[in-house]
Amino acid sequence: MSGLDLLAVALVCAGCAFFLTGTLGLLRFPDPRARLHALTKADNVGLGLICAGLGVLDASVAGALKLALVWVLGMLASTLSAFLIARQETVRSGGQRR
Amino acid sequence: MSGFLLAAALLLLLNAVVGVVSLYASPYPADRMLAILLIGSTTVAILLLLAYRHEPPVLLEVALSFVLLAAIGSIAFVQQRLRAPPHEP
Repeated sequence: MSGLDLLAVALVCAGCAFFLTGTLGLLRFPDPRARLHALTKADNVGLGLICAGLGVLDASVAGALKLALVWVLGMLASTLSAFLIARQETVRSGGQRR
Repeated sequence: MSGFLLAAALLLLLNAVVGVVSLYASPYPADRMLAILLIGSTTVAILLLLAYRHEPPVLLEVALSFVLLAAIGSIAFVQQRLRAPPHEP
């Protein structure tokens, strides 16, 4: 196993750890908006680290660019989802910001 | 390396199963939507990990289209709740 492989293994392991942390936040946090926060941020760091790890494994530029595109689109999607759901939760709970 | 990627994918599959459990257990619509977001992003990560077990990584295209459509679920959820009457648990 070469140095690049070790780097990829470390990045993928860190990504999996962030995914599990996000799930823990979803299960344990008390407020819907806190859960939203935990999930959308931690999962995206996890996805980014996994993309980085697999990009190290990928020898081609096209594959690495596709991985980067996956990460950017994932961030875009979860930013949009977090904003829409958080705004709706705020409206539904009477508009007060806790 | 192939075995490691499979192990990481299985770990994330466990993560997605926890998401499915919380999807069925949660009484609040917003929490169920969050569980769906969790399952979606975990699925993308699993597809990426499985894509790199073999060359060429064809599942990468599947993951790309999956993540492209990821926001549509929450947009539909918010739209549908805006049209619904505003009293529910």
